[in-house]
Amino acid sequence: MTVGATTPRPVANLPTDASPATRVACVHCGLDVPGPLRRGDGPSFCCAGCEAAYAVINDAGLAAYYGFGVRRRSPVQASGRAFAEFDHPAFATLYVRERPDGLGDVELYLENVHCASCVWLVERASLTVPGVASAELDVGRSRVRIVWDRAATPLSQIAQFLDSLGYVPHPYRGARGEEARRVEDRDALIRLGVAGALAGNVMMIAFAMYAGWFGGMEAGFERYFRWWSLALATPALVGPGRVFFRSALGALRHRRLHMDVPIALALAAGYLQGAVNTVRGAGPVYFDSVATLIFLLLVGRFLQQRAQRAAVDASELLASLAPSVARVVEGDAVREVPVEALLPGWTIDVRAGDTIAADGEVLAGSSRVDTSLLTGESRPVAVAPGAAVFAGTVNIVAPLRVRVTTSGEESRIGAILRDVEEGARRRSPVVRLADRAAGWFIAAVLGLALVTLGIWLARDPARAMDNTIALLVVTCPCALALATPLAMTAAIGRAAGRGILIRGGDALEALAGHGTLILDKTGTVTEGRLAVVDWTGSDHVRRLVVALERHSRHPIAAAITRAWEAGPLPAATDVHETLGGGLTGCVAGNTVVAGSRAFVRRHLRDASVAMPDAADGCTGAWIAVNGAFAGVVSLADPVRAGAADAVEELRRRGWAVELLSGDTPLVAGRAARALGLPEAAARGGASPEAKRDRVRDALRAGPVVMVGDGVNDAAAMAVATVGIGVHGGAEACLATADIFTTRPGLAPVVELIRGARRTRWTVRAGFAVSIAYNIAGAALAMTGRVDPLLAAVLMPASSISVVLLAWRAPTFARTRA
Amino acid sequence: MSVLYVLIPLALAIVVVAVVAYVWSARSGQFDDLETPALRPLIDEESKAPSRRVSRPPHR
Repeated sequence: MTVGATTPRPVANLPTDASPATRVACVHCGLDVPGPLRRGDGPSFCCAGCEAAYAVINDAGLAAYYGFGVRRRSPVQASGRAFAEFDHPAFATLYVRERPDGLGDVELYLENVHCASCVWLVERASLTVPGVASAELDVGRSRVRIVWDRAATPLSQIAQFLDSLGYVPHPYRGARGEEARRVEDRDALIRLGVAGALAGNVMMIAFAMYAGWFGGMEAGFERYFRWWSLALATPALVGPGRVFFRSALGALRHRRLHMDVPIALALAAGYLQGAVNTVRGAGPVYFDSVATLIFLLLVGRFLQQRAQRAAVDASELLASLAPSVARVVEGDAVREVPVEALLPGWTIDVRAGDTIAADGEVLAGSSRVDTSLLTGESRPVAVAPGAAVFAGTVNIVAPLRVRVTTSGEESRIGAILRDVEEGARRRSPVVRLADRAAGWFIAAVLGLALVTLGIWLARDPARAMDNTIALLVVTCPCALALATPLAMTAAIGRAAGRGILIRGGDALEALAGHGTLILDKTGTVTEGRLAVVDWTGSDHVRRLVVALERHSRHPIAAAITRAWEAGPLPAATDVHETLGGGLTGCVAGNTVVAGSRAFVRRHLRDASVAMPDAADGCTGAWIAVNGAFAGVVSLADPVRAGAADAVEELRRRGWAVELLSGDTPLVAGRAARALGLPEAAARGGASPEAKRDRVRDALRAGPVVMVGDGVNDAAAMAVATVGIGVHGGAEACLATADIFTTRPGLAPVVELIRGARRTRWTVRAGFAVSIAYNIAGAALAMTGRVDPLLAAVLMPASSISVVLLAWRAPTFARTRA
Repeated sequence: MSVLYVLIPLALAIVVVAVVAYVWSARSGQFDDLETPALRPLIDEESKAPSRRVSRPPHR
């Protein structure tokens, strides 16, 4: 994911013979300096990155940095890039704002920001770059906001400077929705503060009134207090309290009931009766209950919003790390431009290891392309001039020249993303437990109110109205409305500590039930890379093979090297790689050939020798030594450790588990067997569109959870009831995921399902508690025993029990993952 | 007890001032980032170069 953030000239492989006594700490980062790099005189550095940063800091006259007790204790990891794309006009229109005074204003996301010393270094050091007017770092969000003179200094220079200090900059991509969210956050905060201040003061006056009630009070004072509490409750209701009326009216207009409807009813009834009684100078007033109610409800909402915002922030930072640069070929020169500026017809240069930036046609070069992001196919696809390549896929072996045919939104990946956005917009909201309860609740309260009115009209008409209103106020579903958001917020917060980021409580609610759970194979269930599973030859040959294979970057060669590289190996000479064929070379005097069956057969002395197949559902690499067939290596993308247990538990909890894969059905079937699933539950060869359609089908039977990691899953995840993105996934996939995990594998998914069940239990327990309070309150009100004091005590008491319950409930483990 | 006729309006006037101050500070972004400002005093102490912040950007 961290494109460009390649480890800089790492010296980590050098032998470190540092005994504690002879330990030399890097002057910049404090880590051990490997022996060969130690210097007798002057400062020593653990790596070139730290040395460069040290020079920059000293040149800027900022050596005081080294006086801080708390510093970043990690080697500088500069990317060393030119950041030329930061100067492109397209970049400027997207990310740079022009201020009225003509200065540019840009927000960059920085890698490796940790603590106070980072604030100091980033802000101070940036100011030493000519033309920079201000730099402000937000540590919590790792974002720096730079205001600079665009005429004096190109942004790339500032970017290079930050990079040289180890803070690799990326354009912050969430900036567009940011302004709206900021306003929304501030409004919520203002509502909360104002409601709190008003509630506190109404309460203060109410205390005086209750004291007067027991101790006696002059009628004049009582009237005075009443008018003041009316004066304070009015702004609380029309100011911060307005949100409840707006949302209740919205729900009624759509002929739906949700929790805000009974809340608005209680608030209105309490307030109006209080106002009437104040004017007429007799009867109970409930202004303290009304004001406190508004405040408590807003607290619940605020907490919930915050928890969700934190998850959204985290996912946007990941999106900011996506590659932003393409290398455009112009004549003999190669220029870096932002991906957004690419036009059809241009030629781009794609180095080995780079992500292809646009759809296009290969002009020159032949290589292998990892398309797993787009298709889910775990085996790299060979490409040669004339072949079509797609944006988002990764070039593995050799450089390519690609003529751009479509880019941006028009590309295949762009189309999938549009699909995803639409799917997300159309997604039907999960019906909340609290909203389902709301209908019953209103019916019950209104029924009881009518009964109360009837009984008291018959017995004592003068008190009928007072008692009916008391019933409405005392049964206000404050605790009921708090139960869900608080339990969800507490659970979301705890889940975040476990590396599970949840963007909305609805997802958690859906996960507590059961339905169909669809797993993507590559990367989700499996490691996402090939590994050796079988070898038919001898140990001696094995050593020859690995000696040869370690010279290649092909994924099969890499897998073999990973599995077998141990101890001293003979040297390989005359190594030659044939694209789409294999490797030949000379190892310890033997001619060794490794590659596809056809390729190896060409190198056999007797071409008619039978060569066995690779193991079922595996990729094979055939080996010949000195012209004789010597064995076959079977490679497969292995199922992650613990995945089978996870699937077993998911099934036990009532989820129908299915496996979808872009790989061939044979490979998908193999993975299903390894997971203990029937082969019928696995579907191979599924394109992104086919995955989406499968999810739609399954939705007819009930809720569907889609777990995936690639763009090829994004469309399916957007359609599903809940989309879960797993660690290491593509940005597009994270953008649509309701939930994503920062730990790989299925263990977090299982934890999530368990946590969702416990959260649902907590919500229900909260409901039970608050309904018990309401029943008690209703009974008292109907018998005419509720006065404003009792209402003011009963209401917060029920809310506080619900809060404690939500906070103490063991939804997710407390330990950090 | 008639002092209450003065004290309550006075107390509430102070509340109004506090609320106005709070609304202003929330609007001007004082609560947007609660982490970094706490770290800044640590670092601004020995500013060698007088602040070159020509103009701070208006708060978001």
